[in-house]
Amino acid sequence: MKHTLSLLLLLATTLAASAKLNVIATTADFGSLAKEIGGDKIDLTILAKPTEDAHFVDAKPSFIVKLSKADAIVEGGAELELGWLPPLMDGSRNSKIENGKPGHIACAEGISLLEVPSTLDRSKGDIHAAGNPHFMTDPANARIVAAHLAKAFSQLDPKSATTFQANLAAFQTHLDAKIIDWKKQLAPYKGRTVVSYHNSWPYFARAFDLRMDLYLEPKPGIPPSPAHLVEVITKMKEQNANVIIVEPYLNRKTAESIANRTGAAVLDFPGFPWAPKTGDGSYIEWMDYLVNTLARGFEIKH
Amino acid sequence: MLRKLTIFIILGLTVHLNAQETVNLESLKKQLQEMQRVQDAQKAQIDQLTQQLQKLSASPSTSTPAPAKTAEQVKLEKELTVELAAASPEPETKSITSDSLKAKAWSPSDPIPVMRSGSAYMNISFDALIDTGWSTAPQPDMQLQLGDHDPQKRGFSLRNAEIALDGAVDPYFKGFANIVLKLDNDNQTTIELEEAYVQSTTLPLGLQLKAGQFFAAFGRQNAQHPHQWAFVDSPIISTRAFGPDGLRNVGTQLSWLAPLPFFTELTLGILDGQGGTTHSFRNRGDADVLGVQRFAGRTTFDRHLEGIQDLIFVPRISSSFDISDRQTIVVGVSGAFGSNDTGPHSRTEVYGADLYYKWKPENAMEGFPFVSWQTEGMYRRFGAGEDVTAGLGAENIRDYGVYSQILYGFKPRWVSGLRAEYASGNKASFDPNDPFRGERYRVSPVLTFFPSEFSKLRLQYNYDHGQYFEDAHSIWLQLEFLLGAHGAHKF
Repeated sequence: MKHTLSLLLLLATTLAASAKLNVIATTADFGSLAKEIGGDKIDLTILAKPTEDAHFVDAKPSFIVKLSKADAIVEGGAELELGWLPPLMDGSRNSKIENGKPGHIACAEGISLLEVPSTLDRSKGDIHAAGNPHFMTDPANARIVAAHLAKAFSQLDPKSATTFQANLAAFQTHLDAKIIDWKKQLAPYKGRTVVSYHNSWPYFARAFDLRMDLYLEPKPGIPPSPAHLVEVITKMKEQNANVIIVEPYLNRKTAESIANRTGAAVLDFPGFPWAPKTGDGSYIEWMDYLVNTLARGFEIKH
Repeated sequence: MLRKLTIFIILGLTVHLNAQETVNLESLKKQLQEMQRVQDAQKAQIDQLTQQLQKLSASPSTSTPAPAKTAEQVKLEKELTVELAAASPEPETKSITSDSLKAKAWSPSDPIPVMRSGSAYMNISFDALIDTGWSTAPQPDMQLQLGDHDPQKRGFSLRNAEIALDGAVDPYFKGFANIVLKLDNDNQTTIELEEAYVQSTTLPLGLQLKAGQFFAAFGRQNAQHPHQWAFVDSPIISTRAFGPDGLRNVGTQLSWLAPLPFFTELTLGILDGQGGTTHSFRNRGDADVLGVQRFAGRTTFDRHLEGIQDLIFVPRISSSFDISDRQTIVVGVSGAFGSNDTGPHSRTEVYGADLYYKWKPENAMEGFPFVSWQTEGMYRRFGAGEDVTAGLGAENIRDYGVYSQILYGFKPRWVSGLRAEYASGNKASFDPNDPFRGERYRVSPVLTFFPSEFSKLRLQYNYDHGQYFEDAHSIWLQLEFLLGAHGAHKF
């Protein structure tokens, strides 16, 4: 009797589990939005760790297994995952998530990408042919992606469409209110220069009227050279820049040595939803963290 | 002429604007549209007049020159440009409505949101490996460097320049081609169709089919192209089991992703099995001084396909586990079974086991630091037939060997490594001149620097000890460059 009951229970949970959409997101920014929209109607797996350099994720065979069972893959579609997603997709043998199928959700669709190169020339560094792929750092883009996800999830699971739409509405309302707060919070620093290690933040700069055209890397993917850093220091002094932002996977030491010479503050700036204490966080928590950190950073006096 | 007219119009518009008490966006837009319309109309008129003029007279200097721009005009033009730019549809951030949060409509100044990667039908890349170095052995290709794409001589050489093409054929297949050009030791260009195959994308039940010319899925090293290697040369045991080129041939391969919670892939390759790229199988071997083709000392005969037993069957099973978020392990077992050309019933079997381990922290920068460890062992039984004229009886020639290599990416762009190898075999009717046999070991430290993902500079030292040659020291420097778009590699 006991056995039968537990067996039934197991069966029921298995059925319940299989009724949910199995969604895989490549990175935590898309993952956090998928969670907002999908809620308890989806099972979510995020492949890249939020602290990981999303350009250089290992195409681990365990990811192939995850993708083979997926109903949907949520990816950027702007070549950020170019170095590791294609072999995983090939290996997954899952026609549901193939390019062009409803289960293949490319978040860059409908987004105006910045910095689309007019010519492809690697002497300019490792540039992304489709444009800068770090578009989720602008909350206005997150709004578009959330709507895209709600639409795609509804197509995959029409029965839960109302839930997805309700989740979308709730998320967008929350996000809109937060955007006003964030913009207010950063309004006093309009036009200020923020130095970054890699050119991952043009969308963030646009969203909050910041100037972010100084990078520690001389060219994307090319490590900082002293000659270039001298130039950065000179420009930082000219532009009165006092913050340098660094993603958790990048070399903080380089940023610190520049900070020592310019009196700037080095700020930890995760490129994906990630709360330094708890490990993972929602999109809004992440953006809160970025905005607060930056606002505090501007006020640091040396 | 047209430009001058436009300036007049802008001037007129400015005067008009100045007359207005308030300049608002809507009227400005309307004026712009009006301006455009007027300009278009005038352009049409000008075209008409120009045509008439051309008909009437050949002399072009009938129109009076327009007056040059005054300083005031230039100033006004600038002011207007600024005003127009300021009036762009981006509202101030003070009052944000949900509408203003939505994506603004595309305007010609925005980048075109087209997925560039999707605009080409295939990835095309060219990759060249240029070697230079020195060995204490005068002719390293005779005993030491037995792989076809290894650096094989003192001085400079270019043993591998490949053109790789890949892309989706249609909704059902992906295609891949690898065309290798190489310069032989007399600097003559040779070309080989290393790989050319299609792979299915839509088979159900976790199945995948491959067909064409391809590297057999045997172990880890065999299926890799030279530019993926962690060292400048191929392992000793690989060249002993599969010859200078690795095991690759025309055929088909079915693989299955088992529905298990951890990665397990079963693969069965069926290869035609004839020719030099199937070294230990239906391979006639090299011609001796009399022009008789021999393999393992025996005269070979041209064995045509008599049944499926003459094909090569290559089964493989591999599994992978994530020990933690930072550590992944892949293990595999492979086999290759087929006939050889030394006798009517002579068979060859190759067995292999491989292990790959990788550690990489979650906050690795550009994939660094990392530690990887790869080990592969192989065993070959070559059932040699009888050759009475050569005085050789039927016997089993057994070879075995192992290599183990550890790589440490100690900082971005820098990888150091060490490889140790051992290979040996039974005595059999052993010919000491056969460079592919005899006890041998080799130790190879390596240092690789990647200026970018698309180039590398590699320095490797080999200490070679062999039963049938003097100890040898070699040093090789390799430069790689890659042009174009190259498909990503497997783990």
